[in-house]
Amino acid sequence: MIEARGLSKRFQDKKRGEIRAVDNVGFTCQPGKIYGLLGANGAGKTTTLRMLATILEPTDGTAIICGHDVVDDPEKVRANVGFLSTATALYRRLTSQEFVEYFGRLNGLDEATLKKRVDDIFNRLDMNGFRDRRCDKLSTGMMQKTSIARTLVHDPPVMIFDEPTNGLDIMTARTITGFIRECRNNGKTVIFSTHIMSEVEKLCDTIGIIQSGKLLVEGSLPQLRDKYGEQDLEEIFVKVVTPHFVAEENN
Amino acid sequence: MSLRNVGIVYRKELTEAIRDRRTVISTILVPLLLFPVLSVGFGSLAVVLVGKAKEEVPKVMLRGGEDSPVVVDGLKKLDRIEIVPETAGWKDQIINKEIRAAVEIPRGFQADVALEKPDTVNIYNYEGELKSEFATDKIEKYMKEYRDRVVKDRLAAKNLPDTVLKPFEVKRENVAPPEKVSGAAFGGIIGYMVILLCMTGAMYPAMDLTAGEKERGTMETILSSPISRMHLVLGKFFLILTAALGTAALSVLSMGVSFSVLGHYTSQSAGGREAAAGMILKLGPATVLSVFLMALPIAVLFSAVLMTIALFAKTYKEAQSYLTPMTFVVIIPAIAAMLPGVELTPKLALIPILNVSLLCKELVAGTYHWNYIAIIFSSTCVYAAAALFIAIKMFQRESVLFRS
Repeated sequence: MIEARGLSKRFQDKKRGEIRAVDNVGFTCQPGKIYGLLGANGAGKTTTLRMLATILEPTDGTAIICGHDVVDDPEKVRANVGFLSTATALYRRLTSQEFVEYFGRLNGLDEATLKKRVDDIFNRLDMNGFRDRRCDKLSTGMMQKTSIARTLVHDPPVMIFDEPTNGLDIMTARTITGFIRECRNNGKTVIFSTHIMSEVEKLCDTIGIIQSGKLLVEGSLPQLRDKYGEQDLEEIFVKVVTPHFVAEENN
Repeated sequence: MSLRNVGIVYRKELTEAIRDRRTVISTILVPLLLFPVLSVGFGSLAVVLVGKAKEEVPKVMLRGGEDSPVVVDGLKKLDRIEIVPETAGWKDQIINKEIRAAVEIPRGFQADVALEKPDTVNIYNYEGELKSEFATDKIEKYMKEYRDRVVKDRLAAKNLPDTVLKPFEVKRENVAPPEKVSGAAFGGIIGYMVILLCMTGAMYPAMDLTAGEKERGTMETILSSPISRMHLVLGKFFLILTAALGTAALSVLSMGVSFSVLGHYTSQSAGGREAAAGMILKLGPATVLSVFLMALPIAVLFSAVLMTIALFAKTYKEAQSYLTPMTFVVIIPAIAAMLPGVELTPKLALIPILNVSLLCKELVAGTYHWNYIAIIFSSTCVYAAAALFIAIKMFQRESVLFRS
């Protein structure tokens, strides 16, 4: 389970002064459910997810993931999390198998368990055809599968996806969305960020709309439709963020 | 601290480094080829060029001397010198290397010598030009021998012994063994080269494992794994250190082989035996080990400093622009140690790089100042530990890791 409590992140910018990238964000993600963080570019999605993955430390607030605090116990949090984004690249000079094994070892797996898990994952994701190929020789789809294998190797109960389909072609994006659905079906807690409405409509059990670092509204798709009297998620999104967007532009 | 995790990171970085052409070139090929090219290549070339210069029969122009047949005959009989008659523009001919020198015998020289009147023989040459110097040396040697014979004859005529002019001899004798003589000559260069190659060996992996990772997007991938940042930075640091030490070790090895080959080659060549004695640099196991031990803390220092600086960069190119000036920071004290007369003092023993460079000079010459060794080793260890501490701290700063 993920429980974000008043998560905030401030950065200092030489020209603009203090920037509140995330401002007092709180939400809960349940096991077996997908929580979608929907927001425009620069809304604070990546920073929020990076804080959950303990890549960044919150300025204020915290989050509890599988009973571990992201501030006090970041290493244990990371051991329970699989983090995937288009920014999480592969080591080009390692083979696909070496890459996955490396992360398995860093997650504390012993060699026997690691071998079994790698074989399982490579069979399941149909990766045996390129397991000994160097990552710099892989196609985009193969790279995405290798990244997925990396996040799965330690079988984490929580999965964090930061705009995982950004810039990918349809077929590769479908592999990713299929994988996200599979994670939910396997009882994992899933949170993912995107600005693609169709993905949210297809995948998410709960949707959180974020703008200017603030979580503006939260609920299931039917709840949001009821609340805003719109069927189309894009219309709902525009209704929610426009006042904040205009205020931000004026500032 | 989990050594397992540090080892996992180290092994992965080593695998990647071995597969990277640029790292292999900077860490293995450059140190292996640099010394053979510099010493054997240039040394052999120098021997060949000097040999060729000596083989040439230089033309020396004779000015005057019509009334001094004895001197002129003597000059003409000199082995491997061609005396040519005076023509106009002799100075230009020397400058244009058409003739190598000119000797001017003053009018009435022989008669003046007989009458014991003072006189001057001038030799004109092209200073610094090798073939001109050879010709001048031969003429000068002949004229000095002629002068000595005249002096001897004058003393004999007055029934005076030779000791009137030379009441005692002054002799210079080297008591240092040849290894120490050559060590004193080459020790500074060895220290300089080891330090420089330690630096160049560490430079590429330092950039690749920090700024390179940021640029390729793998930094975020690794930071999402459960490994602590300290273990991560230590794994990377040990790889950079391995590259630095590997480069230093290979350079010392390559240097030892190169000097042996050079010594052998010159001793085989005509007239090269004397030169060879000074060129044979014996790098025994004790010397190699002591140079390597002194290189260890400085390699730690370089690895930590280069990694810290490169970590600030967002791209490999930016890291290069930060680290390239560092080469000068290293070269200047290393060169200062090679300057004549610069020797270890308690103050200089505390200046990083300069101290190790000076100590290497002593070690290669076979001199072990244990007090200085202790000061230099411990002070460099302190600098290295401080640099490593800063590197670990920097790796924990978001503003450095995610600088935008």
